[in-house]
Amino acid sequence: MEASKKTGREPLLRTVKRAELSRKKTMILRAASVLLALLAGGIFLLIIGFNPFTVYQTIISGAFRSEMAVQATIRIMIPLLISSLGVTMAFKMRFWNIGAEGQIIMGAIFATYFALYQNAMPHVLLLIIMFIFSVIGGGLFGLIPAFFKAKFNTNETLFTLMLNYIALNVIVYLRDGPWKDPASSGFPKIARFDLNAQLDSVLGVQAGWIIALLLTAIVYIYLKYTKQGYEISVVGDSHATAKYAGIPVKRMMLRTMFLSGAICGIAGMVQATGSDMTLATSVAGGVGFTAIIVAWLARLNPAAIVIVSFLFSILEKGSSVMQSTYGLSSYSADVLQGIILFFVLGCEFFVRYKFVGRKGGAGK
Amino acid sequence: MRKKVLKVTGIILSLVLVLGLMTGCGSKKTTSDKKEEKKQFKIAKKDLKIGVIHISDPSEGSGYTYTHDQGIIAMQKKLGLKDSQIVRKTNITDTDPTKTETAIKECIEDGCNVIFGTSWGYMDTMEAMAKEYPDVAFSHGTGYKKNDSNFNNYFGRIYQARYLSGIAAGLKTKSNKIGYVAAMGKDNAEVTGGVDAFAMGIYSVNKKAKVYVKVTNSWFNPNEETNAAKALISQGCDVIGQHCDTPNPQLEAEKAGVWGVGYNSDMTKDAPKATLTSTIWNWGAYYTEAVQELIDGTWKPEVYYGGMKEGLVDIAPLNKKLIAPGTEKKIEEAKEKMLSGDFNVFDGVIETNDGKKVGKKGETLSDEDIKGKINWYFKNIVVK
Repeated sequence: MEASKKTGREPLLRTVKRAELSRKKTMILRAASVLLALLAGGIFLLIIGFNPFTVYQTIISGAFRSEMAVQATIRIMIPLLISSLGVTMAFKMRFWNIGAEGQIIMGAIFATYFALYQNAMPHVLLLIIMFIFSVIGGGLFGLIPAFFKAKFNTNETLFTLMLNYIALNVIVYLRDGPWKDPASSGFPKIARFDLNAQLDSVLGVQAGWIIALLLTAIVYIYLKYTKQGYEISVVGDSHATAKYAGIPVKRMMLRTMFLSGAICGIAGMVQATGSDMTLATSVAGGVGFTAIIVAWLARLNPAAIVIVSFLFSILEKGSSVMQSTYGLSSYSADVLQGIILFFVLGCEFFVRYKFVGRKGGAGK
Repeated sequence: MRKKVLKVTGIILSLVLVLGLMTGCGSKKTTSDKKEEKKQFKIAKKDLKIGVIHISDPSEGSGYTYTHDQGIIAMQKKLGLKDSQIVRKTNITDTDPTKTETAIKECIEDGCNVIFGTSWGYMDTMEAMAKEYPDVAFSHGTGYKKNDSNFNNYFGRIYQARYLSGIAAGLKTKSNKIGYVAAMGKDNAEVTGGVDAFAMGIYSVNKKAKVYVKVTNSWFNPNEETNAAKALISQGCDVIGQHCDTPNPQLEAEKAGVWGVGYNSDMTKDAPKATLTSTIWNWGAYYTEAVQELIDGTWKPEVYYGGMKEGLVDIAPLNKKLIAPGTEKKIEEAKEKMLSGDFNVFDGVIETNDGKKVGKKGETLSDEDIKGKINWYFKNIVVK
């Protein structure tokens, strides 16, 4: 009362956190947002002269129209799913790991060393070693910001974000320098992996999908049913409570960030050796950022992450087919994707907050 | 708790199964038909479907991708193909092998039997795809890989056009400092050979001028290209040549009130007050020839290396308002000698900027040397 009298001017609209919405209401809100997204996207398509219904149909069929299309859709999903699981670990304890991109890259770099220079050992052994080193690479890269946070209380959002660019430029350095393909006559590229260092396909898709699903189960069980997983959510709720309960917060932060980075590192190894067959600068390619959206849309629930990342992959794969089918500029396809995301993410805001208009009588 | 764990494991296992079924059947198709017969392509015109993989978007209206797409359009017109016979995949980053592979496979799903990949970085992926799909003809621009049945590469003697454009630059410069934005460094023969030809063209009309080279280390990086041009202009260069994808160096030249030589497409369109001429590709010459051969059944997986004579490379019409007097005549003379075969740019003994000598008297560098071994700069070149 005091405050509002003093300022006198109440803004026209205020955002207010709402009480927990019922499950049903939340679902209705989400369905509405998807419909609105399709509607707004449809208007955009109409303006540029296309029939929205056939275009939407193409997106779906583009992702599923053939065995090859389904395989490609799942291939897009693999690194997205794995790195979403990775960031979920950190987000559960409210540690803002925006550095999945860099951790993916580091995992890929560590694995690539063996693919390029130690590739004479037996196939399975080589892949296992590459896997282990991708865990170490990604994990250590996740550990750096956690260490500085624990020691000097640095801001982890900025720290992890900036490490991404360092990781990216490490690839550029390796590509232009020590790891440059000697057979490329001066063109900067890293050689395609030897067949021995390529991840096998299982049922037509690189075996990364099995790793991804196993990780989903492991992360689910770890977060939900283990003591360490429980500690993570306690720390996420309140550092003070955690300390009072005798949880070693700093040690736990280091451990969890190592795991978070390690999982992202696996995504990098799987992408490099299963899909790209080389270490490309695009090995993360924005997946580390999309993973953040996926993790939050799925409310940090590993099972939901599987579904959300699958939906994202459909949109991605379908848009690519849509672009070439209608001769759309790829920028238009991006605009459409953006519109859909805008509404879906916007909806999450309204699930948690609401607008309150200015009240007639002051001092309420 | 144990029950729940079991339940989760159950869900995961069934997911594995479902995904397996979805992706299942026939994953080992490629290994079964291993009969290595040499396939001769002969595709009826109405059955042709051509996939084109572009690194950026032709709608940009100038530069590398636009030029390639103009070539595809020219081929389509000349051969009378329908719009539905061309499938374009745009903005396929060539440093992203997975995206490249997906794009190629989508073309094949759409029924394409010919794939043109226009950017260098598609090379390894195209090689692998050519092996996986022996019934599809793959043709890769600017690379060096090929196979014996369905995969070739194409490129051209753009250095011939660069030599001619060097004449325009050499006659125009007042400061005797000419800048050059280069995509790659000295060990890249394509770029370095291009700078050398440009510098030799300059030297043929202006012995005093020096060429200042700035390397961006990227084929397509609008920002770096702008910065490189800015740096060169601030060092006193008054003509800016370029080997990179965007018209940004020309735009910078126009802004600074100096001149330039564009690349890929006619950049007088982008910077009419700066661009003297541009070294241009008429990719249509190759695309038409290749597709016609596929129709006739005479296509072979050979390396294509066309030049001025084949109409693949040229310089854009000179910007009459800007060029120095006498430019036209000098260029015409040199062009005639090139077309008649009397002059091949890299003729005789050539002096490099570190005091060495390349080539032999009375001979000319072989195509192999030009494409892969020009790792030296001509004597009037300075690298900054």
